[in-house]
Amino acid sequence: MPEELVATIGLETHVQLNTQTKIWCGCSTTFGQEPNTAVCPVCLGYPGSLPVLNGEAIRKTIIAGLLLNCEINLRNKHDRKSYFYPDMPKNYQITQYDQPICIGGRVDYQIEGVAGHVDLTRIHLEEDVGKNTHLAGSSGVDYNRAGTPLMEIVTEPCMHNADEAFAYVQALRRILLYSGVTNGNLEQGNIRCDINCSVAPAGATELGVKTEIKNMNTLKGLHRALSYEMKRQFKCVRDGTPIVQETRRWDDERGVTESMRSKEYAHDYRYLPDPDLMPIVITTEEVESIRAGLPELPADRRVRFVEAFGLPEYDAGLLVADKAVGDYFEATAAAAGDAKAASNWVMNEVLRVLGEGEQEIENFGVTPEQLGALVKLQSDKTVSSTAAKEIFAVLLERDGGDPKAIAEELGKVQTSDTGAIEVFVDQAIEANPGPADEFRSGKENALQFLVGQVMRFSKGQANPQMASEMLRKKLGE
Amino acid sequence: MRPAEQTISELAAKLAAGELSSVQLCQDVLDAIASKDGDIKAYVHVNAEEALAAAAAADQRRADGEAGPLLGIPIGVKDLLAVTGQETRCGSKLLEGFVSPYDATTVSKLREAGAIILGRVNMDEFAMGSTTENSAAQVTRNPANPEHVPGGSSGGSAAAVSGGMAVATLGSDTGGSIRQPASFCGCVGLKPTYGLVSRYGLTAYASSLDQVGPLTKTVADAATVLQAIAGHDPRDSTSLPGEVPDYSKALDGKIEGLTLGVPAEYFAEGLDPEVERSVRAAIATCEAAGATIKDVSLPNTKYAIATYYIIATAEASANLARFDGVRYGARKEGADPISMVCNTRAAGFGAEVKRRIILGTYVLSSGYYDAYYLRAQKVRALIRKDFDTVFADCDAILGPVAPTPAYKIGENVDDPLQMYLGDIYTVPVNLAGICGLSVPCGASEAGLPIGLQIIGPALGESTILRVGSAVESAQSQV
Repeated sequence: MPEELVATIGLETHVQLNTQTKIWCGCSTTFGQEPNTAVCPVCLGYPGSLPVLNGEAIRKTIIAGLLLNCEINLRNKHDRKSYFYPDMPKNYQITQYDQPICIGGRVDYQIEGVAGHVDLTRIHLEEDVGKNTHLAGSSGVDYNRAGTPLMEIVTEPCMHNADEAFAYVQALRRILLYSGVTNGNLEQGNIRCDINCSVAPAGATELGVKTEIKNMNTLKGLHRALSYEMKRQFKCVRDGTPIVQETRRWDDERGVTESMRSKEYAHDYRYLPDPDLMPIVITTEEVESIRAGLPELPADRRVRFVEAFGLPEYDAGLLVADKAVGDYFEATAAAAGDAKAASNWVMNEVLRVLGEGEQEIENFGVTPEQLGALVKLQSDKTVSSTAAKEIFAVLLERDGGDPKAIAEELGKVQTSDTGAIEVFVDQAIEANPGPADEFRSGKENALQFLVGQVMRFSKGQANPQMASEMLRKKLGE
Repeated sequence: MRPAEQTISELAAKLAAGELSSVQLCQDVLDAIASKDGDIKAYVHVNAEEALAAAAAADQRRADGEAGPLLGIPIGVKDLLAVTGQETRCGSKLLEGFVSPYDATTVSKLREAGAIILGRVNMDEFAMGSTTENSAAQVTRNPANPEHVPGGSSGGSAAAVSGGMAVATLGSDTGGSIRQPASFCGCVGLKPTYGLVSRYGLTAYASSLDQVGPLTKTVADAATVLQAIAGHDPRDSTSLPGEVPDYSKALDGKIEGLTLGVPAEYFAEGLDPEVERSVRAAIATCEAAGATIKDVSLPNTKYAIATYYIIATAEASANLARFDGVRYGARKEGADPISMVCNTRAAGFGAEVKRRIILGTYVLSSGYYDAYYLRAQKVRALIRKDFDTVFADCDAILGPVAPTPAYKIGENVDDPLQMYLGDIYTVPVNLAGICGLSVPCGASEAGLPIGLQIIGPALGESTILRVGSAVESAQSQV
């Protein structure tokens, strides 16, 4: 009887902090510079160079730690982790071994409406390494990336399938983007995941042999790689093949993980506290000051949108998913004075246009103030819904503009002035005695015709709903 | 006495008075090197052209109204200090051809003060050694007797000064590497309090022990150079904050009322009788000058060598990992990057460096960290506590610098442990992070110089300079 096997998964996520300069020197961290131009004796490990801590990296890590429900370790330090590799200028990485800056933590996520969470073990601050490139007949290293501050977020081995891992990373990324401490761009390598996976019989007290899949930098890839690896390990156990503790590489094209054939040196990192650096001492005042300045988290923002603006849960959820979209919506709502209408416009029109053009909202041509003004014109009934959409199209075309001016330009300014409308209603009834009689005798269609006539006489400026109501009254309903 | 053999104090006065120009002074030092260094071999590189140009510039600065004790004074630097555009070989084959793209902070400070970087002096490879015999470049000889070593690792620094081929030099001291060569060659050498002088630009051997310091002819000169190079450096995270005192005020030689401790452990088995005699005589002159001599104890001295060689080699094993031929240095190709690194290091490092890297790697390895490195750091705290206890009652501590005068060249090459034992009186000072000064106090029958060590508490440079100047003037009256 085959026993039930359970997978145990832990993730280590490396997050590049978006400080302007590197963690130990003043070199720029801007992505995409010419190779080996953002370097100096410190980040190249020249003889006699010394590290000096970039305080922003500590501050940003504390921000992330607080948002991830960690305890801040007020006294922490950096250690040297030694191993030889060409992308490591000093052949040791300055990292944190036994006294990391954040302890514990928790990330909540939802999978199809069902809540779950992942417990974190710790977060520590370390430096990124350079980038190896394979050239024809040789290897090259670009050290621009070496020394970029990196947060390593370690989970407890508490996940059991690829969906959970996916949901966790998604939720984590969302929080980190909200925190503003990282650019969160996976293609640029701002966030990379190492997966640890083992399988054991359900209820076993000991974990099985674990394998590691390193440097996953797409969410889809992570899901596929992990699903494959779990299946592979389950099969090994059922077939009686021993699982080797090793690092495996995910081949996305072939859809398999494979053993990294290169010689695996037993990693004895020979940690020692870095004698070039002082221990880091943080005061409770500093932590509280950072806590006071924390940005609002998506979950809290969603609740606020529901309570303050009366938005449905689903709409609120859609609007908070992306911090920039949430910001855009709030600014539009403020300008429009009508949150519900603003939310409809943002969800149905703005997000649609962005999706079609594969654009980011940061580059959207219409400002929230402009959109808000348009929404207000519609809510006030100064323009009809149809006219509003036309004006929106013009705003898109012209990359912005003044909605009121455009409305006038297009001749779409409605009047809701009862007196003026009454004139046009009287004109329409007088000019169309037949349809007027038809409506009196019960034909609803005739009303539509007469509303159309009111619109004609008013050159489209009469408020059609008001015209309709007025016609009904006058025709003696 | 020719200019090259005069002191900074004397030369500064002559330069200020217009009796001598920097260019003339510089030329005289270059001439001295040309005539003597063929035998002594203190210098690995002399930048004659650059130095003379800098001397001319210094003369111009003086003409424009600038003044200062180091303006126009030529200084030699130990080959592990970064100087822009100069080959920084650190006594090793591995760094042949490596040209530094930047200046060490101590070098920039000297330049700012108007000093001239005259050339680079020889050293034990990567500062590991006590005789300068571990240099990949050449063997340096003791000017007092060419059959003998100048000491190490700043052997070239001491030999250049004592051999009349430098007005002053910069050296580095991790376990005695300034004080011991100063003692062996008969000049003055000072190891500052850890953190007083910036380590930025000093190729690291042991990060928690290294310091840059001056080797000079007189105590006053040492104070002058220290004044220029000391002070907080934002590029060095271990650099002490705070103002640097005026060391010139410490040169009055007035030591009445000071209490000077003499540790029993520094006068025990292993101390050469001639050394003991000279050192005790110097201590007696201090007493004659009005200081109180007190017998004290530093009970953990016997653990100092083991503690030092565990901590220093552990830190060095990480510090020297960067030398892999990937970005700079003498690369030896390989089939793949790791092979290349192995080949480069195997070919580039000398035997003593390899020995210490392996030792350091071992003490940090999995399962041994607690038993060796961690334990050594705890013993280090005890050694420091010994000094704190003594300094509660004493202003400074007096004792020998080394158990013997300079060895013969080749004497200890096959017995590294014997060599290590020679560091017994100097390593405790580095472990405790305090300051130490070596002042000539006599010579052996064979004419080999002997130095007195004056140890002060952290930031006690003024005290040790004061005692040093008293000892120095007593010596000159002998």
